[in-house]
Amino acid sequence: MLRTRWWTPWLFTLPALAVLVFFLIYPSLETVYLSFLDKHAQAFVGLANYVRVFTSGETLVAFRNNAIWLVFFTTLCVSFGLMLAVLLDRVRYEWLAKSVIFLPMAISMVGASVIWKFIYAYRPPGIPQIGLLNALVVRFGGQPQGWLVSRPWNNLSIVMVGVWIWTGFCMVVLSAAYKDIPRDVLESARIDGASEWQIFWRIVLPMMRSTILVVTTTMIVFVLKIFDIVYVMTNGNFDTEVLANRMYKMFQYPDLGQASTLAVILLLLILPIIFFHLRQARVRDEAST
Amino acid sequence: MKRPAVTIPRLILHVVVLGLIALWLLPSLGLLLTSLRPPAEVAQSGWWTVLEAPLHFTQFTLGNYRSVIFGQGLGRAFVNSLIIAVPATILPVLVAAFAAYAFAWMKFPARDTLFLVVVGLLIVPLQMTFIPILRVFNALHLAGTFPAIWLAHTGYGLPLTLYLLHNFISRLPPDLIASAAIDGAPPLQIFLRIVLPLSVPALASVVIFQFLWVWNDLLVALIYLGGAPSVAPVTLKVANLVGSRGQDWELLTAAAFVSMVLPLIVFFSMQHHFVKGILAGSIKG
Repeated sequence: MLRTRWWTPWLFTLPALAVLVFFLIYPSLETVYLSFLDKHAQAFVGLANYVRVFTSGETLVAFRNNAIWLVFFTTLCVSFGLMLAVLLDRVRYEWLAKSVIFLPMAISMVGASVIWKFIYAYRPPGIPQIGLLNALVVRFGGQPQGWLVSRPWNNLSIVMVGVWIWTGFCMVVLSAAYKDIPRDVLESARIDGASEWQIFWRIVLPMMRSTILVVTTTMIVFVLKIFDIVYVMTNGNFDTEVLANRMYKMFQYPDLGQASTLAVILLLLILPIIFFHLRQARVRDEAST
Repeated sequence: MKRPAVTIPRLILHVVVLGLIALWLLPSLGLLLTSLRPPAEVAQSGWWTVLEAPLHFTQFTLGNYRSVIFGQGLGRAFVNSLIIAVPATILPVLVAAFAAYAFAWMKFPARDTLFLVVVGLLIVPLQMTFIPILRVFNALHLAGTFPAIWLAHTGYGLPLTLYLLHNFISRLPPDLIASAAIDGAPPLQIFLRIVLPLSVPALASVVIFQFLWVWNDLLVALIYLGGAPSVAPVTLKVANLVGSRGQDWELLTAAAFVSMVLPLIVFFSMQHHFVKGILAGSIKG
C-alpha cells in the first residue's frame, strides 16, 4: 500500500465515481421511479404500467420469445461449444477451426444479421432462389419457405443467427476448461476400457461442471437483453418481438412509463440469475477449501 | 499405450469438423462474393454460381462499394464510427486506469464497499439508463452530438474496464511500487512511470474489447444519436439500409462488409489480445 495524503485516492477515483453515478446509478433509480408514471412521465399511475406489461398481447409475445431465445440459444450455444471443444482437441488444425468459428464474434450483430437475412432470402416458386437455404430446399424438391415470416419457426431462424455468433465464445471458454482436465485421468479411463462416450459423460462433463455453469449464466444474462439481431432482421414483426426491442419501440413511441417498466423487468429477470450464480460459486468455493 | 483408435471414427471426426468449418464460413463467403457481383446478376442467380468459374474476374466489380461508400453515405458513416469509437475507447480506459490504481494501491474509507458497488453495476442493463440520461442530454442540447455518445460509452464501459484493470494492477509486484515510494516518487509519478507501462498487456486487451464494442454497437447509437447522417455510425447506417433497400442485396452485402472490415483486421492481426479481450468482456452489456 502507498502512503498518501487523505485526498489523493479521491483525486484518482473521483472521475470514475462521478461518471458511474451520473450514467448508471442516478438513471437506474430514476427509471424505477418513471416506471410508476404515465407515458409523459408526469402523472403517478401506480402499478398500471406493470399491469399493462403483463396483459398487452405484444408484450406477452415478447415474453414468450425471450423464453424461446433463452432455451434454444443457450442450449445450442453451450452444447455446440462443448462439442467443438472436445472434437477440435483431437485434430491437428485445431487453431484454424477455432479461428473460423470464433470469427463471427468480431463482427457486429448488424453485419451478422445482414449475412443471415440473405441466407433466408425468399422468392416465389419458379424464380431462381438467391438465398442459400431456399436454393437448397428447391434443389432437393421442396417449396421455398419464408424463413423469417412463417411463425412460430421464424423465431428459431433468428435464434440461429445468435448461435452462429456466440458458439465460438462458448467453444473457447469450454476448450480452455477441457484442456485443464489432467490427461492421465482420461488415459487411465481408456486403459480401463471405458468408451469415449462414457468418458465424456462420467469424467469430462462432471469435471467441467463449474465452467459450463459460468458460460451458461453468461449466455442467459446476454440473451435476455437480445436486441440488434431482432431489430435488423424483423424488427419484431411476424410474432418475433423480444423485450429489448419492445422497450426501444415504447421509447420511440414515446411511452416513457412503459419503456421504463420494460427496462425494470429486464433487470428483475437478470437479478435472480446472478444471485443464483453467486450462491453456486460460493458453495463451490466452500467445498474446495 | 493404445494407439489412437481405428481410422473410421477418425474419418468421421474429420468430416464432422470440416463440415462445421464450412458451415461457419459459407455465410461470410456468400456475403463477400455477393458484394462483388453486378446488381443484375445478384438479382438473377445465387452467389454460388460464381464458383463454377471462379477465375472469370470479369464477373466481379467494385461498383457496389463505390455506390454504398459514396452514394449511400457509408464513407461518411465509417468516419463517424471512427470519430465515435476512438474517444469512446480512450476516455473510459484512462478514467478506469486511474481509479483501478487507487483502488488497488491506496487506502481510503469504504474502499472495498465502493469497489463492490462498481463491479455490481456490471449487471445493470443499459436499458435502465436511456431515458433519464437522454432527458439530461436534451436539456443540455447534447443529444445527437458526438460528445453525448463519448460520455455515454465512457459510463457504460467503466465498470468492466475498471474491474479488469484492477485485477491486473492489484497483482503487480508490491516491491516495485514500494521501492519507488521509498525513493520519494509521488503517487502520480508511480502511476505514470511504473504502473501504466507494466499494465500494457491488460490495457491492450481492454482497449481492443472496448473499441470493438463501441464500433459494433447499434443500440446506444440509436438512442443518443438518432439517425442524422452527419453523426450516424456504420452499424446504424447498415441497419437503416436494411429497412430502406431491403431487396438490393448487392448494396446490403457491400455495406455490411464495409462495417466489418476494421473488426476483421483487428481480429486477424491481434487474435491473441482479441480473444482475451472478448473473454474478459463477455459479461458486459
